[in-house]
Amino acid sequence: MASEKLDNWLDRHSARLFLLPTVLLILSFSLFPLVISAWLSLSRFKLVAGGYDISYIGWLNYKKLFTGSQQFHFLGTFAPISLVGWLIIALTAAILFWGIYTFLISRNITVIGVIGRLIAFPVLGWLGWLVASTTGEGGRLGSLSTTLYYVFAGVTLQFLMGTLLAWLCAQNIRGRAFFRLVFFVPLMVTPVGIAYMFRMLADMSVGPFSPIWKLFGLGEFSWAADPWSARMVVIIGDSWQWIPFIFIVMLAAFESQSRDEIEAAELDGASGWQIFKDITWPSVVPVAATVVLIRIIEAFKIVDLPNVLTNGGPGIATESLTLHSFIEWRALNLGGSSSVAYLLLVVSTIICVSYFQLVVLPMRRARE
Amino acid sequence: MSWFESQKLGEMAPGTKVIIYSLLWFWAFVVVFPLYWVVITSFKLPVHVSDGPDFLPFIDYQPSLHAWKYIFIDLGSDTFRPYLNSVIIASISTVFAMIFGSMAAYALARLHFQPRLISIVLFLIALGLAAYAAISFGVDWRLALALGIAVFFFLVRALQRVPSPRLGNGDILFWVISQRILPPIVAALPIYIMFQQLHILDTHFAIILTYITVNLPIVVWLMYDFFVSIPRDIEESAGLDGASKIRIFFEMALPLAKPGLAATSLLVLILSWNEYLLALFLSTAKAQTIPLLVAAQNATRGPQWWYMSVLIIIMIVPVVLLTILLQRLISKGLLLGAVKG
Repeated sequence: MASEKLDNWLDRHSARLFLLPTVLLILSFSLFPLVISAWLSLSRFKLVAGGYDISYIGWLNYKKLFTGSQQFHFLGTFAPISLVGWLIIALTAAILFWGIYTFLISRNITVIGVIGRLIAFPVLGWLGWLVASTTGEGGRLGSLSTTLYYVFAGVTLQFLMGTLLAWLCAQNIRGRAFFRLVFFVPLMVTPVGIAYMFRMLADMSVGPFSPIWKLFGLGEFSWAADPWSARMVVIIGDSWQWIPFIFIVMLAAFESQSRDEIEAAELDGASGWQIFKDITWPSVVPVAATVVLIRIIEAFKIVDLPNVLTNGGPGIATESLTLHSFIEWRALNLGGSSSVAYLLLVVSTIICVSYFQLVVLPMRRARE
Repeated sequence: MSWFESQKLGEMAPGTKVIIYSLLWFWAFVVVFPLYWVVITSFKLPVHVSDGPDFLPFIDYQPSLHAWKYIFIDLGSDTFRPYLNSVIIASISTVFAMIFGSMAAYALARLHFQPRLISIVLFLIALGLAAYAAISFGVDWRLALALGIAVFFFLVRALQRVPSPRLGNGDILFWVISQRILPPIVAALPIYIMFQQLHILDTHFAIILTYITVNLPIVVWLMYDFFVSIPRDIEESAGLDGASKIRIFFEMALPLAKPGLAATSLLVLILSWNEYLLALFLSTAKAQTIPLLVAAQNATRGPQWWYMSVLIIIMIVPVVLLTILLQRLISKGLLLGAVKG
């Protein structure tokens, strides 16, 4: 009888029991650390005889990053805004105005929506200004701008290449299974391994492409000593790994659309470009928006590649926020480390949520 | 007749064909060449590397097994221990992430939840009070946790009649998935301190627990989409026949979701196998995983490409083999959810 009672009890509470392990794990290893981290970022960590001492110091860690001695590291060194800078500012402004415009005409204005936009839009504008004003001549990118470059340049490149490859593979070609398998492989290589691989490949004097560099008289050039070329190598390595992810998802999207519509359009004499623009693209746009969201979320966490590939150098030129935070931790500056990590959380959350609200949701609604 | 006009309906024009195939082969080269370079470097002597690029084994240089010997025989257990650690940690954490994650995903897809908002707020308050007591007044954390939970249950009973908005399945699902945005570095520090207090730093158990949590959001997300796409009829009729929900889950829903399980677990396995940052925080020697060993090759003597290449190869081979084996399932199953948008 006892076991029957137990069975009944289990069955009545099965819903909660199913959910319990997940909720407990996330609470203890995700939410609880989040709270501790917030508290750490407001305090100073000191090693004292026989242990350590943590004392509350308010916003000092954040102040240091924004206006104090660590400003050059987090925000960067400011310089007059160059042409590229103005382009970035124009792009940011265009996105923000478009966001405000679509919100105002959406007839779906809620209190939370207004508050969210009042928080997110100034931050987005400020980030655009920050990247613009550290990019110019004489300026240096801090870890925040560097991370934003990794995210936007990297994800754009990966999305374009991944989608192009997926579209090519979705055509009526031979050996599709072969290409699919080969293109998928980089996703499985550990980022640490990729970092070393690209260091080998990018070696200007003994790497496989060194004959080509020598031909162009670049044999003595060291990409690791120049900030922009070092960043580019990081982005190339990251793209080599993640293009397959976009590829595989977009390929599934291209393959899942019906052939009838396309064949009918072909019969009507539509060109390949017209078919792509009017039939194929609209049907895969929601998937594209989602896969870019996933990539943006993951791209903010980049650390292994710059750490192993360039060690954050030259100077701090390739340091991402996670790497910045890790370096502070290694120097036993726990407060500084958590404040950098927290700012990363804030920036990535605002950008991901804004992207979701401005791009993913409208596209899903448009399809329905 | 032009190069870019197709001769037959449904067939590509010859010009287009040339462009498409050359692009595809170009990218195949971009993917394969770095891997090829790693493989041939692993058979090179140091002198072959420093003398400049040698492309073809047996023609440009005489391959040698010295690096393989060094990694497998001279280093011996220093290679195998991290390797075994990685195998243990990746496989166990994948299994548990899959079990817990699909249970949660199934519950969210099929059963109804209506937690009261006020209970959640109370729970967080009780937890916060417990943490505050433990940190500021030095109360033993076990005692503080027990008291916090007791206070929570008491308050929930006491405020049972107070009206409160309820959350739905969608809210819980969103909450779980949104955990993926959390950068691991934010959680890594406190987890490090927490495990240090519990004296389980540098153990398999600590890393496994962390990996399970990190991967749960992905599992819940992908498996949720699979369970939603399975028709309900069979489960409903089994429920009418008196089968318990737990039996329905294990004996009917899970087998039906097999392609999803295979694809998702492969993804999670790859993620845990390659994970670097958290392992860096949580292990020092005993529980060191293979990505750390690879990263540590950047020794003071300068990078030793031949040893690194061997390590990279032995890291990639198992996952690649597994993927080839599961390829059919993956193309069917992977990211079905993302495809549906």
